[in-house]
Formats: sequence, structure tokens, C-alpha cells
Amino acid sequence: MPLYRDEAIVLRTHKLGEADRIVTVLSRRLGKLRMVGKGVRRTKSRFGARLEPGMHIDVQCYEGRNLDTVTQVETLDSWGETISRDYRSWTSAVAVLETCDRLTEEREPALQQYLLLSGALRAMAERDHDAGLVLDAYLLRAMAIGGYAPSFHDCAKCGAPGPHRAFHVAAGGVVCPVCRPPGSAAPAPETLRLLAALLAGDWAPADASDDRHRHEGSGLTAAFLQWHLERGIRSLRMVER
Amino acid sequence: MYEGAVQDLIDELGRLPGVGPKSAQRIAFHLLQADPADVERLAHALTEVKARVRFCEVCFNVSEAERCRICSDDRRDRTAICVVEEPKDVVAIERTREFRGRYHVLGGAISPIDGIGPQDLKVRELLTRLADGTVTEVIIATDPNLEGEATASYLSRMLRDVGVQRVTRLASGLPVGGDLEYADEVTLGRAFEGRRLLDA
Ligand SMILES: [Zn+2]
Ligand SMILES: [Zn+2]
Repeated sequence: MPLYRDEAIVLRTHKLGEADRIVTVLSRRLGKLRMVGKGVRRTKSRFGARLEPGMHIDVQCYEGRNLDTVTQVETLDSWGETISRDYRSWTSAVAVLETCDRLTEEREPALQQYLLLSGALRAMAERDHDAGLVLDAYLLRAMAIGGYAPSFHDCAKCGAPGPHRAFHVAAGGVVCPVCRPPGSAAPAPETLRLLAALLAGDWAPADASDDRHRHEGSGLTAAFLQWHLERGIRSLRMVER
Repeated sequence: MYEGAVQDLIDELGRLPGVGPKSAQRIAFHLLQADPADVERLAHALTEVKARVRFCEVCFNVSEAERCRICSDDRRDRTAICVVEEPKDVVAIERTREFRGRYHVLGGAISPIDGIGPQDLKVRELLTRLADGTVTEVIIATDPNLEGEATASYLSRMLRDVGVQRVTRLASGLPVGGDLEYADEVTLGRAFEGRRLLDA
């Protein structure tokens, strides 16, 4: 297929040479792709604004030997542009995009990740929920799709029905008194309920949660993510909470 | 791989921004075949720039003295500061002749994915310059791409918090997604004239 077309979300961009940009996207059908936007940094480019992080696009590419080249691109939703006007949301969105880049492989279709990503960016652009909550919900659910679903209710080791108080990242979530490894944390029960709600996409209790539990929940989510990815997510440190 | 000195040169050139392995090789062989006097001039320019040029202590533009030419020019308006990402943006804006105030060079844009946060840019130094209340307008002229927009969002929120009277952003009409340095004088000049107030 020398020429292909797909719906995609821009994950990140790199400057290339004088005026080109390498664009990494997650496409709906084909998975993660890397393509060159030729001349997009020049002012006369029609494509530049569309090939930016967080933009939802319909893109057509010519398949090259090393990298594919963008031949046409239309904006479907300018989520990235909307989000960039609010710094706090922007830092959350960048962490979402970087995580997605890390959890997907080039040319491996990842429809579930795609749908989750588009949902998170749409929610941030439309300000449906607090950006920090959308980020944590995204991280937990993206990990679950990747096969590392944390448990916030039943024991992560033996499955003993919860609720349990102890939480251990390496064990996979909450643990019962029998399985509890040394050094387990004891987060507030409200925090565990918040994280369970975020993982399940149950927004009413999440929206009603208070800052203290959101803060503790973000810490546990970040620790969980860090544990499963070899290198940390760089932009996560810069998220404004 | 080439022998010793040639490969060293290719490696060094390849570390420059925008120079890939193929270009590095092409430049290296161009230099090998060039007139020794030309190469000497290039080598001299490289060592001179590191020896003589530094960053202005006020605005962080490139300068050969402690203060750059613009900061030491008393005819320049002290009440307006134009915030840009890089020294090359100062050059682009100066070409338009639209702006008579002074500059502040951040040293880049906020880019969390590259690990660059506000603390890695000259943001604190900007606040220091605003402290005595002389400056009444700050024009944010970061690149018209999303990192530039996000940086502008961050700055405008912060500038409002410290009570700057007027915070403006270059008008749209600048193509989004592009680099400021590629904007022609007319377009950039117009964007300056039509700069818009960033709302609270
Ligand atoms: Zn157990
Ligand atoms: Zn200066």
C-alpha cells in the first residue's frame, strides 16, 4: 500500500532539518505510525497546524522506504489546540500522549488504546471533568488495556474479597492481611474508592471526590505506572495538580 | 566509518541540530576539499563566537557586552517587553520595525515531553524585570505552535497574577504550527499591530 489514509491522533512531533517535522501518530486502524510533514514549519504550509500534539486528524500518507510522507491532512477535532489554552490541562494532556506513545508499538493496531486516548483528549478539551482526574483515569485504564490492571478492591494476590486497607504497587494493588508484603502503604479508603471509580469510568463519585484523595490517588497511579514501564513518563513530573 | 580525523569531524557535525549522518558526511568532504584559508576562517569564527559572545544579563539575547545593544539603547521604550523563545526571534521581530520596546528571551518553550519546564526557562528573570512596575505591557511572541501556545498560557496566567496591566499575544494570521522565524516581515508586522489582549 504505497498510499494509505486513516483517522489518527498526533502523539508527538520532532523538528527535522530546516522546516520539516517528524510526526508520531496513533492511527485508528494501523496503530502507531511515524511520518514526515514536509515544510510544515514554514509559514505557507497548510498542514502545520494540523500536525500538532493532541490534534485529531484524517491523514493520507505515501509510504516511503524509511519514513512515510504526509500528502494530505484534515482536522477532525482540534483537541490539542483547545487544550493548549489552559496550561494545567495541557500538562495533563502531554502526559497522556507520552504514555500512549510508550504503551503502543509501531504498526501494531491498538484500537482500544486509540478509543481510550480519544476519549481522554475529548474530555479535556470539553472540560467535562477535572483534567487531573481525566489523566489518572486514562493512566489506569491504559495500563489495564496493556494487561496490568491494578486491583482496588479484592486482594491482588489471592483474590480474597475486599475492601482491604493495604496497598502494594509491585503486588498489583490492594492486598489482604495474609498476602500483605512488608512496606505496603495504607492509603485512605476514599482514595481506593476513587481509583476504583476512575478505572471503571464511574464519573459521579470521582467528580465528587475531594482534593486530598485526588492527590493521594495521583501518587499511587504514578507509582503504579512507573513500576510497569522501565523508564518513567517524563512529562508526568510536570503535570500541574 | 572513516579514519580518525575525518570520522571525528563527521561525528561532531552530526551532533549539530538538523544535520543527519548523510549531511554530516557531505559537509565533511566539502571542508576537506575547500581552500585552507576558507576553513581557517570558519574555525576562527567558531572559536570567536564562544570566546566573545555571551547572553545579555538583562534580556538573555546574544550579546558581546554584558548588556545587549537593545538593552543599552535609551531610546527603546522601557514600558513594553516582548517575550520570545530564541534570539533568532528577536532578529525576526526587529526586521519588522514595528516594536520599539525591549525583549526577553526565554531560551525555548515549555515542553514537558522533553523535560523542559518553566524552571528551565528564564521565567523567574522575567518576573524580576517586572517587579518595579515600569513595564506596563508584555507581548507574548512565542512560536505560533502548540508548545508556544501552552507557554503563552502559562505566562499570561502568571503575569496576571503579578498584576501586569496589559498582556498581549501576537494576532492570529500567523500560521499555526510554524516557526516565528519563517514569518515574513509583512505578516509578522501585521500580527504585531493587531496583537490581542489575553483575557483573564
Ligand atoms: Zn490475599
Ligand atoms: Zn538585552
